[in-house]
Amino acid sequence: MLEEEEDSLESETELTDEQKIEIAKWFLLNSPAGEIQYVAKDVRAILKDENVYRKAAEEAFPSYNKSHLICLELPNRSGDVLVTSFGEVDKDEYLDPRTAQVAIVDHVKQACKEVRPARDEELPSAFVEEYRSAMDAEIMKYVSEAYPKGICSVYCTKGKDVEDPGSDFELVVVISAARHSPQNFCNGSWRSIWNIEFKDEIQSVEVRGKMQVGAHYFEEGNVQLDAQHECKDTTLIQSPDDSAISLVNIIRHHETEYLASLQVVTLFLHHPPPFLSHHLTLPLFPLFYHFSIKSPLLLFCPKLLIALLLADILLEIA
Amino acid sequence: MEAAMGLMRRIPPKHTETALSALLSLLPHHSSDLLSQVDQPLKVLCDMESGKEFILCEYNRDADSYRSPWSNKYHPPLEDAPQPSPELRKLEVEANEVFAIYRDQYYEGGISSVYMWEDENEGFVACFLIKKDGSKSGHGRRGYLQEGAWDAIHVIEVGPEEEGIAQYCLTSTVMLTLTTDNESSGSFNLSGSIRRQMSMKLSVSDGHLCNMGKMIEEMEGKLRNSLDQVYFGKTKEMVCTLRPPAELVTLPDS
Repeated sequence: MLEEEEDSLESETELTDEQKIEIAKWFLLNSPAGEIQYVAKDVRAILKDENVYRKAAEEAFPSYNKSHLICLELPNRSGDVLVTSFGEVDKDEYLDPRTAQVAIVDHVKQACKEVRPARDEELPSAFVEEYRSAMDAEIMKYVSEAYPKGICSVYCTKGKDVEDPGSDFELVVVISAARHSPQNFCNGSWRSIWNIEFKDEIQSVEVRGKMQVGAHYFEEGNVQLDAQHECKDTTLIQSPDDSAISLVNIIRHHETEYLASLQVVTLFLHHPPPFLSHHLTLPLFPLFYHFSIKSPLLLFCPKLLIALLLADILLEIA
Repeated sequence: MEAAMGLMRRIPPKHTETALSALLSLLPHHSSDLLSQVDQPLKVLCDMESGKEFILCEYNRDADSYRSPWSNKYHPPLEDAPQPSPELRKLEVEANEVFAIYRDQYYEGGISSVYMWEDENEGFVACFLIKKDGSKSGHGRRGYLQEGAWDAIHVIEVGPEEEGIAQYCLTSTVMLTLTTDNESSGSFNLSGSIRRQMSMKLSVSDGHLCNMGKMIEEMEGKLRNSLDQVYFGKTKEMVCTLRPPAELVTLPDS
């Protein structure tokens, strides 16, 4: 009877290749930071169909790599390149503005195959480059101080051909830090993207930031943190060097503040204030009393803390 | 099947249900394995007869109906559906009453259900479930979160009694989800599940219910500590590895 049931279930849910590709892509795109290769291995084993798997992987890997801001080593030892939509020259080609090179990448292998010098039209004008490189130098200093393993890059995303003051342009700062330690069953990533718009008419710079933090712990379980925050700020247009300093100060300020707010949430949850823990461990015997004859649970020692209380505290501080 | 369980360990817990239905459609042959091995967020139905809510799981399901522990009836009604023996049903009724009190003491609210059924080895299996909704729509007596849910599943296999002693194998899973969202700190979601096992040989002189209750209470204490360590300790550690807090870094004058 069970077999019959399974047979009918199968005929009902026979999937087309397109549906299988969609499902496989969904799994790949939802992989936690740094784990898409493991997910790919399992997806492949489940599909048992190389064509379907390859199609799904070809579509999913590029979006995953770009949204996770993955970092690849350049083959000529000239550093790393970040795979981001801001540096995307072509589907497989990503600009590294610092070295003015274009990396040709293999998305599925997550490796850089070769590099070529960037063409002039792929690079910003000398005027914009002055702002970009000043920004790059400052942000590198900050990232090396604040992130033990951070990689950063500064792209020009609008107005890269602007030659003189008088027009608008936009830079994007990308910071990506990842930590993979499968031997400790945990992985994590920090990603921040800062859009910096230079608006000539009002002589101001508008800053929009998006920070995203993820962590995955998978020993005897599966626990994931997914936190993100967006913020805005403005400053005045100054010389390239002065702009870079004040913009990096803004970024440092917001990132430090965000980290502190995450700390507050996790610290507070980890160590509830004394008055609460006291309250939590009050003996719970009185109510059990009425159940004394019938209830063997009366014997339980009420040492357990009330389960969801910690969670409830979150709201109070939020 | 191994690959499927591998995926379930990696896919974000908030997508568990989508992932499970995707796996079910890819692996229809393994549907019963998947349904029994993948823990899903618990759902609740109202028993019209008693007016009380009960928890749905694989263990009280037959076809598309679920048996209520309060009235012992299937919802929606189902003919010839399996029932525990009268003796086991008696223990089940008692377990539900006692566990409801336990749950109210420790969780201050929430919903609980206990199901029992005979297994092939002359013993029986009991499943203790607790669901607490800490969200705005839930019954948190101590405030609430944007979203917050605690689902606990304890499955105890009780072996046949031999010389007054029985073997108890407990597998417990707790699924916890916390979400906050506000202007100043953005969105924050911590969710997941952890699973632990415990085995004991105990004298049945105090009764099965007493033994099972003690094991569950001890296990919930351990799980709660693990959750504390993993949810708040490990994730904090990870965030601090990625970007150490300011006091550990020498900031330039700013």
